[in-house]
Amino acid sequence: MSPDLLKLIFGRLSIDSLPLHEPILVGTFAMVALGGITLLAGLTYFRLWGYLWREWFTSVDHKRIGIMYMILGIVMLLRGFADALMMRAQQALAFGGSEGFLPAHHYDQVFTAHGVIMIFFVAMPLVTGLMNFVVPLQIGARDVSFPFLNNFSFWMTVGGAVLVMASLFIGEFARTGWLAYPPLSNIGYSPDVGVDYYIWGLQVAGVGTTLSGINLICTIVKLRCPGMTMMKMPVFTWTSLCTNVLIVASFPVLTVVLALLTLDRYVGTNFFTNDFGGSPMMYVNLIWIWGHPEVYILVLPAFGIFSEVTSTFSGKRLFGYTSMVYATVVITILSYLVWLHHFFTMGSGASVNSFFGITTMIISIPTGAKMFNWLFTMYRGRIRFELPMLWTIAFMLTFVLGGMTGVLLAVPPADFVLHNSLFLIAHFHNVIIGGVVFGAFAGINYWFPKAFGFKLDPFWGKLSFWFWVTGFYLAFMPLYVLGLMGVTRRLRVFDDPSLQIWFIIAGIGAFLVFLGILSMLMQFAVSFLKREQLKDVTGDPWDARTLEWATSSPPPAYNFAFTPVVHDNDAWWDMKRRGYRRPLTGFKPIHMPSNTGTGIILAGFATAMGFGLIWYIWWLAAASFIAMLAVGIGHTFNYHRDFDIPADDVVRAEDARTQLLAGAK
Amino acid sequence: MSRLKILALLPLAVALSGCNYVVLAPAGDIAAQQRDLVIISTILMLLIVVPVMALTVLFAWRYRQSNTSARYEPEWDHSTSLELVIWSAPLLIIVCLGALTWMGTHLLDPYRNIGRINAERAVDQSRAPLEVDVVALDWKWLFIYPDYGIATVNELAAPVDRPINFHITASSVMNSFYIPALAGQIYAMPGMETSLHAVINHAGTYKGFSANYSGAGFSGMHFNFQGLDDKGFDAWIASAKSAGGSLGRTEYLKLEKPSQNEPVRRWGTIDSDLYRLILNMCVETGKMCQSEMMAIDAKGGLGHEGLNNTLPLAYDKYARRGTALGPEPTFVAGTCTPDAPQGAATTAAIKAPIDTAPLIGAGLKRPTFTPLKSSSFFLGQRPKSDS
Repeated sequence: MSPDLLKLIFGRLSIDSLPLHEPILVGTFAMVALGGITLLAGLTYFRLWGYLWREWFTSVDHKRIGIMYMILGIVMLLRGFADALMMRAQQALAFGGSEGFLPAHHYDQVFTAHGVIMIFFVAMPLVTGLMNFVVPLQIGARDVSFPFLNNFSFWMTVGGAVLVMASLFIGEFARTGWLAYPPLSNIGYSPDVGVDYYIWGLQVAGVGTTLSGINLICTIVKLRCPGMTMMKMPVFTWTSLCTNVLIVASFPVLTVVLALLTLDRYVGTNFFTNDFGGSPMMYVNLIWIWGHPEVYILVLPAFGIFSEVTSTFSGKRLFGYTSMVYATVVITILSYLVWLHHFFTMGSGASVNSFFGITTMIISIPTGAKMFNWLFTMYRGRIRFELPMLWTIAFMLTFVLGGMTGVLLAVPPADFVLHNSLFLIAHFHNVIIGGVVFGAFAGINYWFPKAFGFKLDPFWGKLSFWFWVTGFYLAFMPLYVLGLMGVTRRLRVFDDPSLQIWFIIAGIGAFLVFLGILSMLMQFAVSFLKREQLKDVTGDPWDARTLEWATSSPPPAYNFAFTPVVHDNDAWWDMKRRGYRRPLTGFKPIHMPSNTGTGIILAGFATAMGFGLIWYIWWLAAASFIAMLAVGIGHTFNYHRDFDIPADDVVRAEDARTQLLAGAK
Repeated sequence: MSRLKILALLPLAVALSGCNYVVLAPAGDIAAQQRDLVIISTILMLLIVVPVMALTVLFAWRYRQSNTSARYEPEWDHSTSLELVIWSAPLLIIVCLGALTWMGTHLLDPYRNIGRINAERAVDQSRAPLEVDVVALDWKWLFIYPDYGIATVNELAAPVDRPINFHITASSVMNSFYIPALAGQIYAMPGMETSLHAVINHAGTYKGFSANYSGAGFSGMHFNFQGLDDKGFDAWIASAKSAGGSLGRTEYLKLEKPSQNEPVRRWGTIDSDLYRLILNMCVETGKMCQSEMMAIDAKGGLGHEGLNNTLPLAYDKYARRGTALGPEPTFVAGTCTPDAPQGAATTAAIKAPIDTAPLIGAGLKRPTFTPLKSSSFFLGQRPKSDS
């Protein structure tokens, strides 16, 4: 075939794009392929495809979508963590003239991919998954406002993840650092597909995130059950509301800044180039105007989880509910006024730097107030040290350290000596692992029985907890030390042999975290095998306080047979105290949304379009785009969007629960 | 939980016993003042962090479920006085820290001339500061000493107790110029100049490097910074002078091509205009300097004609930008100059316009402003500066 024809069909893609010369990647591919084939064969053998398609992939049920988000987050955690282990190993080895085992071309992709994956495809899915699962239950709703949109959002996030994963085996990922600063990320200095994978992966996933944000805001504002005024909402719902407001306000900025970079790379505009009046500094500003709120998008729901957990396991009302809510709202607003602290060293004047430094410090006031609120919730409580509470205590001790180093970095002259150093790396891992990841794990252990009807195994859970916590401290305290020795980030080889010991300690820490992740997977497996022993029939295994515990575990598709009426902040606690009796008769048919495959199909085309654009396969991009439009328009003619669960089915489900509850007594 | 805290402190304890703790024990006055701020801020924050951590452990222990002797008040959820304390205590600390920040940021602004050599001595105004021009290249550092007419790659020296004024720029991507022992870092960016004012107080050899990832050769982008006494510095200058060689525009264009782990190099003479040309992105002959462009723009710009006149402006050169879509760049290939009027000495194939209309480029049509069809659609969106 002629080269022109080949180029027309395959764009930039050729046999050379496959990393056949990189043994690490070939080995990884072999393992992934083997695992994938086994999984597919297993699914086929057990005839699970139909079940998965009907009950999960096309499901518009917020609970199932929430669970799928969590699975996505955990799968991507494995990939992101593999990158982390490779970095730790490289930095521990590359001393005394050794080049380590990763060439620059590979290492630079690894640290970029690690950051992108951990933020966008681990932390975001975990947080979104928990919000999706919990919020409608907590506000006594039957589903989110736009159930189909919810399914579509999830699959778009998956689409972005697929593109990022594809870069591992087809072509390469960006070698720019996780925020892809130009001019390095511009076509002149990054002519390969890496940055294009980055752009389209994030753009596809970003559509999902933005739509999901709109969906949850609408759900919280419009679908609360009678009696639940704004100031009677559980704190997790409040933090979710604020997080989604942040998502809707900030993700469009990311979309636009990436679109401008796309134009620079594809059609030769000059927004961020060195020449023709472009300004790379503009990109840095814009991306952090998204990037700083993003940090709060991740951590606010975690704060909500800790609030729920502390109050439940202390057997006590949350201390200072009102100030907790105001603190959350203040953080939401202030998070837009601090972005410049990410680049004090870019040459802004002293007054500008001081302004942003001081606004950053001010955020620590409401955050500190929250910390005290949790503290005084524990005060005069009866604390049960179940797994969620253990994670919460670990969070409280860890997060104050991260917060302290954060405020330190907000002092511009201090930042001048610590910026981009390993001190900074230690700081943000301290708050993201200590805050978001510990929060997600507290949430998983807390709500797992609600989702599946049995608790998680405490032995493996505690093992995982201790591995994670000790591993975290061993991995990141040395980085604080190295930062104070003036060691900067993203270095691949080192000269000074006295530094090596710290990198080895950090590597051991990372290995302990690895054991923590394995223990967690083991915890899931063991819990599944022991599900009869760990079973929860009451629907309220922790003697909890909010509405989601009022229904069965797992909840029926319709969540609540009758919409609850709320009189108190801790609605379920209040119901229990006043001797609430489940209604046993009078059930009516329940109006519910129907499943649809449109979401997954649309997201599939979006992913294909992204792939086409990355590789300059224009026909594929155009065809996928047209197909997306066609499917989207076609879906508007789908009139089978809802159905009624017959009253008989509701009666059957509720009777089964009545018997279970009777058996439990 | 206390075990955790011990674990957290362990590395710090070990670290204090040795190791090169450069950020906490710098050799330059600016870095020392920055270090002081780091320590004061940390102590201020520990005032609140330590009680919080202690209370967390205390409450977790005291109010454990098995301790039935502790008070249990499940409905207690509000106390106005306690709320006042938990909001005002962090607030007070932030007020102190904020004041410290405002002053520290202004006093230690890298653009500000330094007023003192160290805590005891003010700057001697009669002695001129050392001027150094710094250029971050792919992937090495070029240092130009305009007052001495020498230049080096990956080696920097300065006399002890003499203020240094750095002027910093870059050739292609962002880097950050950082010598931890001397002073905090500042970004180095192409086509832009940042400044740093500092002084080194102790003789010695210190590490300098780029603190902002800049591509494949980033790890090797470091240099030694020598603090020398006056005699030593003069000797160092003399040895650079005697190294011979001259760094001019052509040598620079060769030097700026990407290369990794460069050894130290010195040039005894330099083109005195070189740094200005680098900063204005016009080392290559035929490129329009940014200063010139800004002067033209300040007078109203070149109008439509400027749209075609792009060759002198294209800068990202060794990696020529080529995008998949979008128009081919248009440019002027030759113009008439006072020496060669009416294009006499320009390439024969290109005829300069003879009419009296403003110069719009040889053989090129005036760009049309119908969107989508125009080859200069994106540029066409700009306001017309000549109308």
